[in-house]
Amino acid sequence: MVPLKRIFGFSLSMVMATAVLGQATAGPVTGKSRAEWKKEYVRPAETPFPEDNPYSKPKAELGHKLFFDPRLSGNNYISCGTCHNPSFAWGDGLPKGIGNAMTVLGRRTPTILNLAWADSLMWDGRFDTLEEQALGPMAAAVEMNQQMDQVVGELQEVPEYRALFNISFPGSGITIENIAKAIATYERTVVSGVAPFDRWIAGDEDAISVSAKRGFDLFNGKANCVACHSGWNFTDGSFHDIGLGDKDIGRGKELPGVKMMQHAFKTPTLRNVVERAPYMHDGTLKNLYSVVRHYNDAGVSRPSRSQKIFPLKLTDAEMDDLVSFMKTLSSDDTHVVLPRLPAVDQSLAGSIKGVAPAAGGGQAVPSKSAKTCGGGFMHWVSCNQ
Amino acid sequence: MKMRIVFAAVALAFGTVSANAAEVVVDQSAKKFDKKKVSIKVGDSIKFTNSDSITHNVYSRKGMKFDLGAQKPGASASQVFDKAGKFKVRCAIHPRMKLDVEVN
Repeated sequence: MVPLKRIFGFSLSMVMATAVLGQATAGPVTGKSRAEWKKEYVRPAETPFPEDNPYSKPKAELGHKLFFDPRLSGNNYISCGTCHNPSFAWGDGLPKGIGNAMTVLGRRTPTILNLAWADSLMWDGRFDTLEEQALGPMAAAVEMNQQMDQVVGELQEVPEYRALFNISFPGSGITIENIAKAIATYERTVVSGVAPFDRWIAGDEDAISVSAKRGFDLFNGKANCVACHSGWNFTDGSFHDIGLGDKDIGRGKELPGVKMMQHAFKTPTLRNVVERAPYMHDGTLKNLYSVVRHYNDAGVSRPSRSQKIFPLKLTDAEMDDLVSFMKTLSSDDTHVVLPRLPAVDQSLAGSIKGVAPAAGGGQAVPSKSAKTCGGGFMHWVSCNQ
Repeated sequence: MKMRIVFAAVALAFGTVSANAAEVVVDQSAKKFDKKKVSIKVGDSIKFTNSDSITHNVYSRKGMKFDLGAQKPGASASQVFDKAGKFKVRCAIHPRMKLDVEVN
């Protein structure tokens, strides 16, 4: 019969050994060759669409019009495309978004690239689907400031919209839900194209430079970027505190009881990252060198900071290689054509009826109809869920 | 007297589960639920166990609203599904972890 003390002592040393080993393996994932890593980055062949909102060409085209139609905002001058501007890879090039009455918003405008594959939307992941997310900024007083009980009426005054909705949604026509479905369908078609990196993955050794290939090795090795920016879309879809210095607690507001979610924000894609400066949820990192230096220094040390963040000890040459690599993720995409938006009702009857634009008038008037259920950034979250 | 106490304890232990309700166990490991879909009856429950090395947080938002809170490795928690429908259960920390629950 082994004395209890000896069992305890042995167990304790095993626990400590595991803890030490655990620390050692918290570092970069090693053991895979470059060829093995390349297999993790193959692009998907198709874009997924959900069963309850399948793709159709008329619906995507209707969504394209709605996405760029400023009449969806209270003042009729902000569209989704105002902030999610295709010329800035679907962002706005600003450190933080600017909304109604030039209100500076709380976080940087994220890109809408590749959101067909997104597991959650917004920096804090508060929306599960694109359909839910599409209505949020529309109703938010500081963003598009639309009166949601009036937007359907406004669109119904436009004959072409009535027709387009009847084609895409026979039987239901113009409804808030269908507006969201059409916009979401269009958004799912916004996919970053084939980049030099993809051609290299597919076997063209001349597609990217030797420096960029070294950068790829660092990305998956010493720099440990792959820990979060994994897969063809360079995101794990999860949330991490990467040690940034601002007070925004991100997903911590949604999950106050979970330590690792405090100061945690969604991992964005790195596709076309060169065109999407400045960086981070607060727009504080100016360019890709700023970003690499932040990760090299590991930022603010606190209990919620991800264990995947630690000082990297990169040399200047290694930082150059990483930036070279990230530059290969930019695709020469087909230029987005702005839609011709449906014209107002030009009939005699139309001149008499006339519907006033939904209230807004330059002031940030809180939307009366949208029942906000939380969110310090006044994003619309339905209370009925 | 002793038998009565034992019987009362047993009755109390089973008292929270109705007579014919079943419990399905769904485990979490390697950032995945061990099942993609579960079909149960109204009144049944699912016990979520965490065999992973990291914390998870099982929740559902639409239709059935619940939040089992942070589950450290080794923890488990049960949720009764008391209405019919199709529900999407996820991990709040790892949104790629998805479980479809069909309740008949």
